[in-house]
Amino acid sequence: MGKAAKRKKKASTSSKAKGSAEPTIAMVKSNPFEVKVNRQKFNILGRKTKNDVGLPGVSRSKAIKKRTQTLLKEYKEKEKTNVFRDKRFGEYNTKISPEEKMIKRFTLERQQNYGKKNIYNLNEDEELTHFGQSLAEIEKLNDVIDSDSDTDERGALSAELTAAHFGGGGGLLRKKASTEQEDEEEEKPKSRKELIEELIAKSKQEKQERQSRRESALELTEKLDNDWKEIQTLMARKPPKSERKDKEAEKPKPDEYDMIVRELGFEMKAKPSERMKTEEELAKEEEARLQKLEADRLRRMRGIGEQENKKKPSHVSADDLTDGFILDKDDRRLLSYKDGKMNIENVEEEEDKEEEEDKEEEEEQEEEEGEKEDNENEEGEEESATEDEEDVASDNHSDLESDLESEEEAAGNKEQKKHKANENESQNVEELDPKMEAAKSELPYTFAVPESYEKFKSLLAGRTVEQQLTILERIQKCNHPSLAVGNKTKLELIYLKITSLLFPTSDFWHPVVTPAFIYMSQLLTKCRITTLQDVIKGLFICSLLLEYVSLSKRFVPELINFLLGVLHISLPKKQAQGYTVVHPFTPVGKNLELLLVCDKKDLESWKKQNLPLSVVTRLKELSKTEINHIRLSCLALCFDLIKRCAVLYESLPSFYEIMHPIRVLLTQRVSVSEYPEQMQEWYHGALKELENKTKHYTPLICEKKKPVPLKQYTPKIVKVLEFGRKQGGSKKEQERKRLIHKHKREFKGAVREIRKDNQFLARMQLSEIMERDSARKRKVKELLGSLATQEGEWKAMKRKKGRN
Amino acid sequence: MARPALAASLEAVLGDRGNANRVFEILELLAAKEEEDVLCAARTCRRLFAALLRRGELFAGSLPAEEDALRGNYSAEEKYKIWMRHRYNDCVESLSELLGHDSFQVKESSLCTLMKFWKGSIAFPRHLLKVVVNGLIPIHEDASLLISRFQEYMEYEDVRYFVMKAVTESIGQVMQKIKERPLPFYQQNVFSLISPINMPNKERDMVKFMMKQDNQEEWKVSKLQAHKQAFERMWLTFLKHQLPSGLYKKVLVILHDSILPYMNEPTLMIDFLTVAYGVGGAISLLALNGLFILIHQHNLEYPDFYKKLYSLLDPSIYHVKYRARFFHLADLFLSSSHLPAYLVAAFIKRLSRLALTAPPEALLMVIPFICNLFRRHPACKVLMHRPNGPQDLSEDPYIMEQEEPSESRALESSLWELQSLQNHYHPDVAQAAAILNQSLSEIEDDISGLLELSASELFDKEIKKTSANVPLEFEQVRGLFGKKNDIIAEHFALD
Repeated sequence: MGKAAKRKKKASTSSKAKGSAEPTIAMVKSNPFEVKVNRQKFNILGRKTKNDVGLPGVSRSKAIKKRTQTLLKEYKEKEKTNVFRDKRFGEYNTKISPEEKMIKRFTLERQQNYGKKNIYNLNEDEELTHFGQSLAEIEKLNDVIDSDSDTDERGALSAELTAAHFGGGGGLLRKKASTEQEDEEEEKPKSRKELIEELIAKSKQEKQERQSRRESALELTEKLDNDWKEIQTLMARKPPKSERKDKEAEKPKPDEYDMIVRELGFEMKAKPSERMKTEEELAKEEEARLQKLEADRLRRMRGIGEQENKKKPSHVSADDLTDGFILDKDDRRLLSYKDGKMNIENVEEEEDKEEEEDKEEEEEQEEEEGEKEDNENEEGEEESATEDEEDVASDNHSDLESDLESEEEAAGNKEQKKHKANENESQNVEELDPKMEAAKSELPYTFAVPESYEKFKSLLAGRTVEQQLTILERIQKCNHPSLAVGNKTKLELIYLKITSLLFPTSDFWHPVVTPAFIYMSQLLTKCRITTLQDVIKGLFICSLLLEYVSLSKRFVPELINFLLGVLHISLPKKQAQGYTVVHPFTPVGKNLELLLVCDKKDLESWKKQNLPLSVVTRLKELSKTEINHIRLSCLALCFDLIKRCAVLYESLPSFYEIMHPIRVLLTQRVSVSEYPEQMQEWYHGALKELENKTKHYTPLICEKKKPVPLKQYTPKIVKVLEFGRKQGGSKKEQERKRLIHKHKREFKGAVREIRKDNQFLARMQLSEIMERDSARKRKVKELLGSLATQEGEWKAMKRKKGRN
Repeated sequence: MARPALAASLEAVLGDRGNANRVFEILELLAAKEEEDVLCAARTCRRLFAALLRRGELFAGSLPAEEDALRGNYSAEEKYKIWMRHRYNDCVESLSELLGHDSFQVKESSLCTLMKFWKGSIAFPRHLLKVVVNGLIPIHEDASLLISRFQEYMEYEDVRYFVMKAVTESIGQVMQKIKERPLPFYQQNVFSLISPINMPNKERDMVKFMMKQDNQEEWKVSKLQAHKQAFERMWLTFLKHQLPSGLYKKVLVILHDSILPYMNEPTLMIDFLTVAYGVGGAISLLALNGLFILIHQHNLEYPDFYKKLYSLLDPSIYHVKYRARFFHLADLFLSSSHLPAYLVAAFIKRLSRLALTAPPEALLMVIPFICNLFRRHPACKVLMHRPNGPQDLSEDPYIMEQEEPSESRALESSLWELQSLQNHYHPDVAQAAAILNQSLSEIEDDISGLLELSASELFDKEIKKTSANVPLEFEQVRGLFGKKNDIIAEHFALD
């Protein structure tokens, strides 16, 4: 079948080559010998197949045709560098009929020859030019005028001269090279040389005239100036002085007016700025900003969208001791001075990223530190509340601290001086950046905490401000509390308070506030209550917790437990019934009655006072009455806190159950009548909040879950990938597979093409050889034939001779 | 110093029987006032009598009285031995007295000396052992140090056996004398002596004996059964008497692990455990473990077990240190799917009510615990989901005070407590409680990892969390107490 097809194909190609392609293909398609049908084993619904019917003969003939046009040509032109370009009009354009072609060619030829004077001069129409001027014409102007002689007035050359030099539009030399004879006829008696001399003379004269005119003008202005000066002196009434001055000022000093103009010119142009906002608008903006912040806060409180802003620069942990850390330029803002004090507010407002990180570091550090009983430093803390100061552990870092905070007593005057020095230095140093970069890299990475001020000074001496900062930072990092036990110092309650000031305590989760919460909860549950101090500290924590949750209204069981416990220890022993106190309080045992006051006198003389935190350290110095008063104040505080809790947790569904023990204790155990009047007020305030809540329970209902969809029998749809049905893998993997597959296919195709090319070439070569051979054979035959006839003739002649 | 003199006497006595009377010089010093002297004397005694024992120069067998021996027709050799034996007895006596000496060094030295004698003696010196045991468990002082010194000898099977017997005897005598009054020191001493007793599991393991017997196989001491019996009797005698509460707890803590498995009849402990279970509080919680073993492995029927378990639930369960143990057991007890729904509901309701006072680490454990109960007992899910119930209740139907779970009306209630905990300050707790709103998955949560959760772990976990973004307070800071309605500013002063 193949052979038949081939033959057929050859026939068809030859026929097709001339006629239009479409009818042939239609004809071929209808020919059952041309069509090859790819039978499918299974019929698959909805699958579209491209290759169910093929026309092998057609496609092969197409391929061969293409090869003859490309590959064969290349082969034939192999090793030939010259290319023959056929420029005949429409030689390969099959769309034009031969007759039209001939007509067009003829017209073209006629057009080319049109206007030729001399039909034998073939190159006539080609004119050599230089800058658009015919060279033939230029050649005629043999003598070139040297125009350099009058450089002063280059622009003043007359049009004629220019024309003469460069052959412009002047009428003088307008003549065609072809009409030489006419030129000679028209030429005047003056020669060329004469003409040009004339021209030069003319221009020189003009020049002179112009110069004289300018001089006269100058004279006139000078005269005018002098006149004006005279008049001016008269007007200014200071003739001698001004005269002298003017003479001096005339030459060197630029005019004042000019100067102003210049200045104005150089001055920054006022750019259109946003218009000033009215106060209302400002207030509105501020309000909008606050609203946005509040909305953010609420969102965080509900714990939504925690993972949204992931792009921000990664947080650097406090323990991060990366050796090659770089001090960013922003860090400089951390230490800005104002009147010798650190200026923190600016920094806080800016809310740099670094700042946040730093703060966080510090807070974490704070939490790690234990509780610190003495409040000696609290005053200082309160005033400055500087982050950097907190950063520095107070025991062995005292030197550092003094450096950072000028108010510190130990630092004294030296420090002040130093700060000033720092300031000055900082100004000088601004320009030394590149040098500094190099210097910074030379700093060692670890520093011991200097023991004395002198050592510290020597450490910092000769360094730039940035280097000093680097050193400080490294000292702090190297001596971080988490790195060594000795560094760990005790926490002050104040830190927890500061936390609530700096961070939003209502967040669902917060990297600083949540640990603080847990820490406080542990303080309330784990620390034993053995003394009155413990009670005060505990109540302080309770107040803090209440403050923390005042916005979010989160439930803190430890708080309620503690308040119940505090109430419990204010009662006489053996009254714990109807409620249960939990750790750290015990229903029986030691440390009961810590808050019990029996002294009638003290009860009467009591007045509500603010609990001084210093009591925590100097309780022993107080008299019994004072202690009793403090006890009563604690109790009053407890009542107040209960009241606040009641208000806060009112909305909780089990509010009644939560407050039940406290309610029982308040209503059944406390002997109100013994309390002083003021205390009774507190008591009733708390009780009122507890009592007048309506109990309200709604049965719980789960959120409706989505109905589980019924199982359906729709086929599983699998995406058919380019490389077949191989599924799985990530997108990247799929892409890789696809590319591999594509490459393979392309490679195969290319190999096939090359093979076919080679086959084609070999066929061609073979046919060439065959042709050559057959030609040779024919020629040999011819030769042999002629030789035979020659021989035959010779023999015939010989025979004839012999016969003759 | 008495040392050279003592050394000389020792030489003399050991060297020549004629100098035997110098033994008295040594024995006298045992009663000396100086601690150094006593120590020295004890050491000398040890060397002297150890040498004599080795040489066989002590009389063996039933010992005639000293006077009888002198008068009776014994050979000189025998007389010497009898006499020396009497000196030995004197020495043992004074050493056992020294066990009650003030100084620990003296006590230790005398104890070691006694044990050395013991090793040297031929037959098992039961009398000697009794002396030692009585010295180890004094009535009025804590002897734990000495007891811990003695522990090395308890490795020997025979020593342990006889110590157990001696202790049983001693408890009987002492307790009878003082008539049921608790003796904290004595009982503490006994406990520290007997609690570390490490019983062998198989008879094969019993190979370490201090004394070698001829008929080892038939000897009672080599039988595990006998050991167990002695062990059982010792503990029962010990526990028969009222214990101080600290000791009570200690006993209960080790009961399931190191006592019950080594008893012939563990059911004998029922009385003790039942009483303990009825005490309430932490003791009941601890008794639960032993009871569980009895119920589970020995078919103990305990009436109203669940009612009792229910009554154990009080606010302290979330705060005591045995929390993990209790919840582990409670999980086991409530794992049966045959429990009535009202009972499980009552447990759920009570646990969640108590959770209102619990610390976060306990909440993180108990919320999945409750969820597991729901999964095991789907009938209780009405507590979470009651679509057709009454809309408004003025009171929680559940009665907390009711001791009978069936009458607590728990099934009529809802878990408002967990709803309240959705507002807990700890984000994890709030999240865990939020599960209440959704329908539960089928697979139970694994709470074994949560049982031991501690507060410090919680804190560490929080600290380790990192966040890219730290929100700051946007309200401007106006001083430490600058906020509106600052509670601290209202009630505290910084000065």
